[in-house]
Formats: sequence, structure tokens, C-alpha cells
Amino acid sequence: METITSIKPFLAVLISLAVTPVLVSSRAPNVREAWTFVAAAAKFLIVLSMLPTILQGTEIVYTVAEFLPGAAIKFRVDALGMLFALVSSFLWIITSAYSIGYMRGLKEHSQTRYFCFFALALSATIGVAFSANLLTLYLFYELLSLSTYPLVTHHQDKEARSSGRKYLLYIVGGSIAFALPAMLISYNLAGTLEFSKYGFLAGTGSRTIMAVLLLMFIFGFTKSAIMPFHSWLPAAMVAPTPVSALLHAVAVVKVGVFSIVRVLIGVFGVNLLLDLHLGTIVCYIAAFTVITASLMALSQDGLKRRLAFSTIGQLSYIILGVALLSPKGMIGGMTHIAMHAFGKVTLFFCAGAIFVATGKKNISEMVGIGKRMPVTMIAFFIGSLSVIGLPPGGGFISKWYLVLGTLQADNWPMLVVLLGSSLLNAAYFLPIVYRAFFCTPEENMFDNRVEEAPIWCVVPLVLTSLGSIGLFFYPQPFLRLAGMMIN
Amino acid sequence: MPDIISIIAAKYNYWMFIILMMIGLYAMIAKNNLVKKVVGMSIFQTAIILFYVSIGAKKGATIPILEHAHSEHANAAGSHIIKSAEYVNPLPHVLMLTAIVVCVATLGVALALLIRVYKRYHTLEEDEILAQIREK
Amino acid sequence: MNQQLPAILIIAPLLSALIINISGWVNKKLCFPIAVAGLGLASWASVNLLLRVLDEGVVLYRLGGWDPPMGIAYYVDHLNGLVLTVVSIVALLNLIANKKTIEQDFPEKTGPFYTLYVLMVTGLLGIVATGDAFNLYVLLEIAALTGYGLLAMGEDRAPLATLNYLYMGTIGACFYLLGVGYLYIVTGSLNMVDIAGILPALYQSKAVLAAFMICMIGVWLKMAFFPLHAWLPNAYTYAPSAASSLIAPLVTKVMIYVMIRLILTVFTPEYVFSTLTVSEPIVWLATIAIVMGSIFALSERNLKKMLTYVIIAEVGYMVGGAWLGNRTGMTGAILHIVNDSLMTLCVFLVAGNIVYKVKGYAFKDLKGLFRTMPFTMGAFVIGALSIIGVPPTCGFFSKWYLISGAIQAGHYGFMVALLFSSLVNVVLFFRVIEIAYYEPFAEGHGHNVLPEPMAEAPLMMLVPLLIVAASLIVVGVYTGDIVNYIIQFAIPKEIV
Repeated sequence: METITSIKPFLAVLISLAVTPVLVSSRAPNVREAWTFVAAAAKFLIVLSMLPTILQGTEIVYTVAEFLPGAAIKFRVDALGMLFALVSSFLWIITSAYSIGYMRGLKEHSQTRYFCFFALALSATIGVAFSANLLTLYLFYELLSLSTYPLVTHHQDKEARSSGRKYLLYIVGGSIAFALPAMLISYNLAGTLEFSKYGFLAGTGSRTIMAVLLLMFIFGFTKSAIMPFHSWLPAAMVAPTPVSALLHAVAVVKVGVFSIVRVLIGVFGVNLLLDLHLGTIVCYIAAFTVITASLMALSQDGLKRRLAFSTIGQLSYIILGVALLSPKGMIGGMTHIAMHAFGKVTLFFCAGAIFVATGKKNISEMVGIGKRMPVTMIAFFIGSLSVIGLPPGGGFISKWYLVLGTLQADNWPMLVVLLGSSLLNAAYFLPIVYRAFFCTPEENMFDNRVEEAPIWCVVPLVLTSLGSIGLFFYPQPFLRLAGMMIN
Repeated sequence: MPDIISIIAAKYNYWMFIILMMIGLYAMIAKNNLVKKVVGMSIFQTAIILFYVSIGAKKGATIPILEHAHSEHANAAGSHIIKSAEYVNPLPHVLMLTAIVVCVATLGVALALLIRVYKRYHTLEEDEILAQIREK
Repeated sequence: MNQQLPAILIIAPLLSALIINISGWVNKKLCFPIAVAGLGLASWASVNLLLRVLDEGVVLYRLGGWDPPMGIAYYVDHLNGLVLTVVSIVALLNLIANKKTIEQDFPEKTGPFYTLYVLMVTGLLGIVATGDAFNLYVLLEIAALTGYGLLAMGEDRAPLATLNYLYMGTIGACFYLLGVGYLYIVTGSLNMVDIAGILPALYQSKAVLAAFMICMIGVWLKMAFFPLHAWLPNAYTYAPSAASSLIAPLVTKVMIYVMIRLILTVFTPEYVFSTLTVSEPIVWLATIAIVMGSIFALSERNLKKMLTYVIIAEVGYMVGGAWLGNRTGMTGAILHIVNDSLMTLCVFLVAGNIVYKVKGYAFKDLKGLFRTMPFTMGAFVIGALSIIGVPPTCGFFSKWYLISGAIQAGHYGFMVALLFSSLVNVVLFFRVIEIAYYEPFAEGHGHNVLPEPMAEAPLMMLVPLLIVAASLIVVGVYTGDIVNYIIQFAIPKEIV
């Protein structure tokens, strides 16, 4: 495995940090928004420029500083990190466009603060994607938690305060209580924190210690919304929709599962997990979350809340796939990071567009809305196809690999879980679409002037739904990147 | 029984200091009146000063002052051989001069604070002061 | 000049204190520049001393030219040099930041206040620099007495709280004096290095054991180690802001330095960790200190009092870390001296700023502060993150060492207490941040919130605060260097 040293990973992280002072000081909103786009585009281009090198099999490394003797802040761009970084940075561009439409449509306050912390949050996300060791990952993980707090609690009312508390308690509390000691104990056992191809914990401790550490890591990275530490995610839906869209469907929760996948592959290693049969524990924890979340989603009336529970279930697919420890399963899990991102972000954009146009938040109130907002609801339909795992949504590809993975691992219970949960996904998404298009609303449910959402909201969601379809036809880049991690 | 008495008798000076210290500590903790607490503090500090001074004591020794230091019998270098066992160790005395100064200063600060407290609460009994504070 | 640095360190502030007192009668405006000059000289001297120590090793300065053990020696090594730098710079930053507060609170007593302030710093610097056990007692009392004076100048309950502090502090100092007395009896010397040379032959003696425990208890009383902590919350809360932001970051940490000095230099680690078997119980006591400090802090509705209980928990960190008996733990304790001084200074300066503008420090006075005082609250957030232990602030790195040390020593109770304290700190500080951020509550999704005009503290108070907040991150980033170049050499090789 060749490695070259380049400052690009660090630049990718720094771009949005550097633009923050500019954002704070700009007087005109348009200038501020323009700078956000510039930063987002620059970040995506830097990430994209590293793609060819990675596809060739070389990794890019960069050491920033040695904070502690023996543990440095170091970046390493490999296939998995590239996969995640591509998705996040691309979706930031689109979400920024959506944010403009949404925030201006609702005349929100403190927009400068919003855009600044958004930039910081993306900076931290890319930092997590490119971390070379546990210390760097932990640092950017915490920075992400803190920079998303003002975003989640943007409205600053009583509801925001209690959701913010839950957010902090679960996310920061979980990482300090479980992930930090797990990291330190691993450091004590192995003497290093660098992610390696075969896991650095191999051969350093007994089965009990490894199992305990594994559980501490999994429950410590509470951003992955594994049950029972999931309730912060529905509570965080009080945030403005663009925040929910990017952060909770793409960045924050994906950072959580990404960290767990990193830990499984880079800290423990597939061989160690296979030898100690630890993959099964993780499979069952993930499976429990998948089924329970899908069941709970059925009973939610608030659209965003239903989407939140759907996310909780979908995230555990990723962990389930990697925990199967079979090549196809792992590819399926990692690819699902990308597929789910595009699908979910479309769904959230639609939810926000509906709110901007009609002020409605509950599904029971969205009867017959398809006739007034056709573009939005068609995009919603495509997004839900992707999440359910039906063609032509991109999610079909990752679900296909997941199913193959369970067969490869001879894991019949998980196959049942996958197929059953797909049915449940259909059960909670398709009725929304059906009622939107094929039912007539009551007389006074909508004002007459309800029409399609502003253009700034509609264009992004069209783009992401097209992206979802595009990934169905052309999933090669992501499949290839995921495949490279397995070898 | 005779052993205990001989142990106590042999180190009677240490026992005295301990008793003094405990009296001082008792006064500081158990007494209600703030002035009595300050007095207890003084007793406590004095016990330690006495302890130090007693360190220097030697059997049959005299005070550490040289005689004939300026008389005609002193030799050209101005010194003659001193048998240290004849003189009490002066170092603890010197150290305690410093400590006494510190104790006096502490006493002064404590009394100044007492005056402030009295002006504010018009009483020097701790329970009455606490009652006044709780009423606020 | 280079040779006289240890003397300049002490004499510059001492002389300037006298000059301030006189000039206070003549013209009040002269006090501040002279104080800054005195403390500035001391800072310059301490930084240069540290650099000299890094070059040459231990610096030995004989006061008056008398050789130890007859004379008093100032003995500056890596441990000293680091703490001296921290003490003098913290004192200087605090002085500059509090100029306006002092003018506002004590228009009549400016001269005496500055005098006491500078004298207190003299005492603290002397405690850190000295190599003589009795000299340490003298300087300890200088620092203590001036401290009592400074703290008693506060409001309402200050004189009573200070009186209680006086009682406890005097007992502590007297205990220390008694311990030194025992050491003098068995060794005949008062010089720290000399005592360390003579003691090994006497390790089995009960007198040495008594000396050690009595010294320790005295020092613990002075640093507010649980259960001897009861004087601290009241004394620091009711004090004037300028005094509390000087004393809170420094006094307890200097006493921790004294404890570490006693462990490492006077009674060598071989005695403390191998011959004695008290490490286990003391680490458990530290664990309890951390837990109780955190729990007490939760029950307070008053910003300053909450912070004082946080200090008590932090003292628990350092005592526990030092007594773990391994290199990592000791590194964590020494690093935490530096980090905690800076963090405590940061949050107390914030409290000072808030008191200056809002004239109150109860939780109900903190509403809406993020709008009116954004920079101060920004610095508060950084200070809070450091106390919680979030990278890349310095607090994370000392917690890293402390927890690693606990894991290495197998002391999982201490580790759990550290994590518990971090979690409680999250609750504590975010409670304050919530009140400042959310209240008064906005109606209807905050859409009609009018931006309030910024009523930030004056620049002279804000700039040092921002410098301190930035230093929290800078010191965090440079932890590796600090540990590799300074702290590593401060710990003797016997500790593994």
C-alpha cells in the first residue's frame, strides 16, 4: 500500500474553518451565501481531486501535529474515508442552496450564526472522514457534536432547549462515558491508536476485554443512534429542516456509523472479530435496532419524526452489513452510506418544502398534496424507493449486496431481518405517497394558494432525487471504493 | 502501668505541647464566641512555637551567647573553639522569632476581621451570626 | 543579570509593593503602572529562568551568598520553572484584566489593594522557588495573610467567610510547620535537598512517618482537599472579583506543587510509594473528593459558588494523579497544574466581567448574556470545554494522562470518578450556557427576536480574557512539547 504525503486532506478540513470569519463579518446576506457556496465547492473539488489517487490504490497521509507523545493529529485518506467525504461535501453544496430557500422563505433569525456553524460542522465531518487514528477521530467527533448544538437549537425556544439537552446528554455524554475510556484502554493495551488494515488490537487482550471494548465503542459513538441510545434523533427534529436533512441524514449520524465501521475494521480488524465471534453480537444489536425503529416509524404522524425513525433503522443496516464480516455484506454496508444519504436527504428536503409551502408537519394533514406540489411528491416517491430498496432507487444496489452478504455469511436470521424490515419500510413510506396523490383532501385543509415550494427549495430536491436514480445506474465509484477496503 | 508513666515522664515536654495544641484546637472548634476561637488559634500556634524551642534544649547547656567575644583574651582571628554541646541550639530560637512575627500578624488580621464582623452583625457569637444570615 | 534571576523574581514584586503603598497616598493613578511593572519583571524573570533551566538543568541560587544547609537556597528545576512561569503570567494577566473592576469596587482603597495583590504574588512565587522548608512556611504565611486581606474586602459575608478561612488556613500552616519541626529533629537540616540526602537512612523511623503525614495534612488543608475543603466555597464566592480571580487559579495549585515537591524531592518517591502504603487510600479519598465536589456543584444556583466546587473537584484530580504512583499519573498531575490555573483563570475572569456589567452572579442574572456579551460568553464556552475535557483544549490532555495513569495503575475507581466528573461538568456548564443562550425565551420559534445591543465588558477586561481563552487551545496543542521538554525531566527516574 503506497502512501504519499499531501496537504490536501488538511486543506479540505480547513476550507470551511477558514471561511467562517468571512461569514461572520459579511454585512450583505448575498455575499455571505456566496462565500458559503465558494467554500462548499472548493471543499468538494479538493476531495474530488484526491479521488484518482485513491482509486489507484495509493493512500494520502498528512500529519498536522503531535499533540501527545505517541498520538498525533494525522490525516489518512483511504477508500472508506473518500467515500464518506465525497458524499458529505457534495451534499453540502446542495444543502446550502436549499438552506437559502428555506431560511429566507421562513424569515429565520440569526442566519449568520447558522451558516457559520454549518461550515464548522462540515469541517468536522471531513475531519472524521480523513482521520488516521482514534485520537483525531475523537477530536473531530466532539467538534461535530459541539458545532451542531447551535444548529439543532436554532429556534431558541423551550422545545429547542429540552431537545438540546437530550442531544448533549446522549451524544457528548455517550462519547465521554464510553468512547473516551475505550480509546484510552485500547491505547494502554496496544500502545498505538493508528487505524491499520488488520486492526491494531489483534492479540492484545482476552476475549472478555475485547468484547467489553467493542460494546463500549458501539454504545459510545451514540451518533449512530443504536438503540437504546437513539431518542436524541427524533428529539433533534425541532431543528430547521436543512439542518435535519444534512446533519441528521448525512453528516452527524453518518459520522456515528462511520466511526463504528472504522473501529470494526481498523481497530479490531475483521480477522479478530471472526476469531472471537464478536461479529454476531454486533449483528444482533443492529438487527434489534432495525426492526424496532421500523416498527416505531409506523406509528409516527409527524413526517420528520417518521423520517427520523426510518434513519435510525437505515443506519443500523450499515453496521449490520459490516458486522456480517462477509465481503459482500461489508460492501453493501459501506455503499449504503452513500445510497441512504442521497435518498434520505431528498426525503427531508421534501418535508421542508412542504412546511415552507403549506406550514404542515403532520402526515395526516398532507392528503392530496401531490396535486398541488407534484414535483416535490414525485421526488419524495423516488427518495422513498431508494430507502426501501427498490429500483430505480440507488438503495436497491446496497440492499442487494446486503442480502448477498447474509447468504455469504450463512446468516439466515439476518436475511429475514433485512427482508422483513424492507417490507416495513414500504409500509410506512408508500401510504404517504398514495395519500398525497390518490386521495382528496377535506374542504378547508389547504388554502387555495398552495403551490410548489420556492425554486431554491425545489431545485435541490430534484437534483438529489436524480442523484439517487443516477446511483442506481452508475454505482461503480462507490462500489469500487468499498471493495478496496475489503482487500 | 509503671511503663506508661515512665514513657510519659521521659517525653513530658512533648505531651505538654500536644495537650496545649489540643486545647487550642478544641477552643477553635467547639467555642461559640469568635474571640475565643482566636484565642484558641493563638494557643495552638504557641504550642508549636514552644515545641520548636524545646528542640534546641540540651542537658546542662547554657544560653547560646558567647562571652569574652570582645575581650583582650580573644585571639587575632576573633574566635575560639566552641564546644557546641555546651550551648543550646540557637537555630530553632531564630526560626521561632519569625514564626512569632507570623503569629502576631495573623492575630492582627483576625482581630481586624472580627471588628468588621462585629460592625456588620453586632454580635460575636457564631450561632447568632448564623441565625442572622439564615434570616436574609 | 542572568545569575540574579531568582532574586529578581522575588524582589521586584516585593519592592514594587512597598512603592505602591507609598504612591497610593500620593496619587492613586500610579499604583497600576507600578504593579504592572513589578509583575512584568517577575514574569520576565520566571520565563528566563525556565529557559535557563531547560538549557543548564537545575539552577541553585544562594541567598546572600551563604551555602546551604546554613543559608537559604532557591532551587529552580523543571517543575519549579514551569509553575513559576504559570503563576507570574496568570497574576499579570489577571491584574491587567481587573484594573477597571478595582477602580469600580475600591475607589478609596486602590493603594492597599494593589499592595496586597503584589505581595500575595510575591508570596506565591517565593513558595514555588524556594528550596528551604522553613522559608516555605514563611512565604506560605505571607501569601495567606495577604490573601485573607484581599478576600475580606468583598461584600456582605466576606469577613466572616475569610475568618473561617483564616482559622483553617492557620491550622494548615501550623501543621506544616510542625512537620518541618519533626524533620529538623531527625535530620538537623532545613534545606530540602539536604533533608532528602539524610532521610533514606531513617525511613523506618516513626518520626519521619509522623513528619510526612503531618506535612501532608497541613498542605491538604491549605489546598481544600476533601474533607478539609469547607472553607473554600464561601471564601472565594463572596470575595471581590479581582481577588477571587487571582486566588482561585493560583493558591490551590501552588499548594499542589508543594505536595508534589514534598513527594518527589524531600521524601523521595521510594519512601512515599514503596515504604509507605498509603497511596491506595489517598487515591480513594481523591476519588471521593472528585465525586463530592461535582455533586455539590450541581446543587448551586450561583455561578461563582458552582465554580468553587469545580475547583474542589479539580484538586481531587491532581492529588489522585500524583498519588497514583506512576509516571503517567504524575505527568497528568503536573500538566493539570498548568492547565487548571489557566482554565480557572478563564472562567473566573468571565465571572468578573459578568459581575462588572450585570452586578450579580446568580443564575437568574445570566439571562440573555450570549446576545449582550458574546465575546465573554465565547471565552466561557472555551473555558467550559476545557474543564469538561474536550479536545483540542488543554483540559482534555491532562485528563488523558490522568485516565491513562489510572488504567496503568489498575485504579478503575479513579478513572470512573474522572469520567463522572466530566459528565457532571457537561451538565453544570451547559446549564449556565443554556440560561445565557435561551432566556428570556423567544416566542414563536424565535422569529421576532430583536437583536439586543451588545453591552460587552470594556476592552481592557476583554482582551486578557480572550488571550487566556486562546492560550487554553494553544497550550493544548503544545502539550506534547511541554511534556517532552519540561515535565518529563521534572519527574525523577525512579517513578515508572
